Amino acid sequence: MSTPFEDLQARAAKRWSELTEGESAWIRVGGGTSGQAAGADAVLEAFKSSVESTGVNANVSMVSAMGLMYLEPQVDILMPNGARVYYGNVEPEEAKAIVEQHVKEGKPLTERAFAYSGGDGTGVGNLPELQSMPMVSLQQRIATRNFGDTDPHDLLQYVANGGYTALNRALTEMTPAEIVDEVKAAGLRGRGGAAFPAGVKWSFLAPSDAPVKYVLCNCEEGDPGAFNDKGIIENDPHTLVEGLIINGYATRSTHGYIFIRTGHELPIESARKAIAAAYEAGLLGKNILGTDFSFDMEVSLTGDSYVAGEETALMEAIEGKRSTPRFKPPFPAAAGLWQKPTNINNVKTLAYVPEIVRNGSDWFKSIGTETTSGTAIVCLSGHITYPGMYEVPMGMTIREVLEKVGGGVSVGERIKVLQAGGPLNGLLGEDAFDTMIDFDAMSAAGASIGSGGIIVGNETVNVVDLLRSLIAFNQFESCGKCFPCRLGNTHMLEILDRMCQNKAKSADLALLERVGTSMKAGSLCGHGQLGFNPIASALKYFGDEIKSCLAGEIAPGGVFGDGTMILPTRTRP
Amino acid sequence: MTTAETEQSSKLREQIRQVLNAQAQPTITVLSSLIAVQDSIHYLPDEAIKETATFCGSTINEVWSVASFYTNFRFTKPGDKTLDVCWGPSCHLVGAQQILDSVHAALEIKEEGESPDGKVTLKYNTCLGACAQGPVIAINHHLIGKQTPESAAKIARELRGQSS
Ligand SMILES: Cc1cc2nc3c(=O)[nH]c(=O)nc-3n(C[C@H](O)[C@H](O)[C@H](O)COP(=O)(O)O)c2cc1C
Ligand code: SF4
Ligand code: FES
Repeated sequence: MSTPFEDLQARAAKRWSELTEGESAWIRVGGGTSGQAAGADAVLEAFKSSVESTGVNANVSMVSAMGLMYLEPQVDILMPNGARVYYGNVEPEEAKAIVEQHVKEGKPLTERAFAYSGGDGTGVGNLPELQSMPMVSLQQRIATRNFGDTDPHDLLQYVANGGYTALNRALTEMTPAEIVDEVKAAGLRGRGGAAFPAGVKWSFLAPSDAPVKYVLCNCEEGDPGAFNDKGIIENDPHTLVEGLIINGYATRSTHGYIFIRTGHELPIESARKAIAAAYEAGLLGKNILGTDFSFDMEVSLTGDSYVAGEETALMEAIEGKRSTPRFKPPFPAAAGLWQKPTNINNVKTLAYVPEIVRNGSDWFKSIGTETTSGTAIVCLSGHITYPGMYEVPMGMTIREVLEKVGGGVSVGERIKVLQAGGPLNGLLGEDAFDTMIDFDAMSAAGASIGSGGIIVGNETVNVVDLLRSLIAFNQFESCGKCFPCRLGNTHMLEILDRMCQNKAKSADLALLERVGTSMKAGSLCGHGQLGFNPIASALKYFGDEIKSCLAGEIAPGGVFGDGTMILPTRTRP
Repeated sequence: MTTAETEQSSKLREQIRQVLNAQAQPTITVLSSLIAVQDSIHYLPDEAIKETATFCGSTINEVWSVASFYTNFRFTKPGDKTLDVCWGPSCHLVGAQQILDSVHAALEIKEEGESPDGKVTLKYNTCLGACAQGPVIAINHHLIGKQTPESAAKIARELRGQSS
């Protein structure tokens, strides 16, 4: 007799072969938030209506985004002969010609395409193979392994590509303790910022025999410049759902929550659909896959608040209150959500778990560096030629990521400054570009991988102006619970305003540093404790530039125009 | 209150009660209730605060403390369309400031809020999550990337029903 999982796999295999081996072509339009912003919805509609009006035999679907965001809207066509051709920056008006010539007549528009893959080995025109493009070949995709290939709303497509085998294996062949040990041995460190070893964190929660225990997934992702958490949820939600169920089993927990900010409609919808599909397939709820493990999961929405991403503030938000951080101890593993034992991890951390369980800790440990195994999922934006989301092995240098993957500066002459890891982390100058992407190397350079966002600025960027934008963000987002952060950020912003208006005095630098020191020492949570990081690192790499703004040297109407900026500033009531 | 106002208010209360009761997820809280109401009627009138307090067995004071904390909540009726403009650091580097300037001019306002004709609500956003397509704006949560001051102003004028 077949097991429930074998039945599911059989259905999945059938679905996948219909899509990839039948007589129909498969037209895949890359979706996601970034795809939407580039206009993918209109492109999808145009392909659907072109297929209808042309009468060709083709499936058209919106699939996950590949991460090559500079090429969005992106469309690829898989022909019955197995060759797949990729088109970038597609306009809705081009759909008809592509369908008629490529799908109907079998003549891909090679001058409009950027790559091909698969086929009979003879290639497609003179298109490069997808795998030969550096921004593809330099990636090692684990958490993002299905990007560009599957429809995120179709559980069967996920299963057909190896999905939920890790959960099945965990539930039927491994004890909870063995999984915790495996994750520990893999050296998986948390990707939400603090880099704490996930297996060790799980081992705090696992022993408790409390009847209700929670595992939370943090997708607040308020860091400007970061879009990989929402990216994973909207492009491959089941890798997260599977990771969170395994997390629940390993820590013997009863409930899971995926925590997302309201308004981000695509990731919210994607998470909700994935959870519903998992319930329907017997992967959530009572007696999962016929075993005696039961586990429930839901999406919890927060209002707009950056600090809601801090782990204890997040619990307040799930409880429906103001998301202000709690005092620790007690730590979450002792008394977390509704005072019950709780574990919390970032989306990326959990998204690696299925592949770790499937392929073993040795495999994961073999990727990356000595102290940081696995990959980094970096988001490139700003003045970079190929903005996008790329999963690269830890240990690659920043320069390689910027130049080989990102294609170097987009406008202007050179890359001058990077903001890496979100507004509580540092700025980096050219001196630091040979730093390895690895938690310890980055923090030694005064920056952090943080959330994985890298905002790139060219030589025209004024560092004080960039700092002002970051501190304005931090000031706006301070939850207001403790005064060093609430007032300190406002004070720092005032000083930066003076600098921007050419009214700063040389004593202002010492004042900035004093405020920063007080914030570090006297704030309750990381928001205040880390809030001086951007300025501290800027002083390290761009000290002269900052000092020049103190001496009242900027001509009126210079870099800052008349010096009046309209960035909103406000404190919370 | 006049009779007409009272009648309107009780209609609104009824509508809000329906929204509160229709929440489908297992965990229902003050915050989830406020989000549900704002998703449905686009702002939180006094009636929403009161009904949420009753529905959740909470107090008006508690509900206000939550509602006033999260910056997505608003307490007056918004315009017919909402235009979000991202001022996050990534969009800032590629020209968000100029987008804001041109949108302010097109909407004839100097900061967040409603255009004088009440048709459009401008909202600043700290990151719309599509930084790779910056500068980014959104109409009723639908994102549009790669804006220029001209294209954003055109969109803003069109939202007001003015031909560009
Ligand atoms: C102000 C503040 C905001 C944070 N925002 C996030 C966030 O958006 N996402 C996240 O995963 N972690 C965030 N964190 C870190 C969390 O507190 C927590 O360390 C993390 O979710 C743990 O997951 P990990 O161990 O898998 O990294 C934030 C921390 C602070 C202080
Ligand atoms: S440090 Fe800032 S964000 Fe954190 S609790 Fe204090 S006021 Fe709130
Ligand atoms: S900073 Fe504008 S979309 Fe992220």
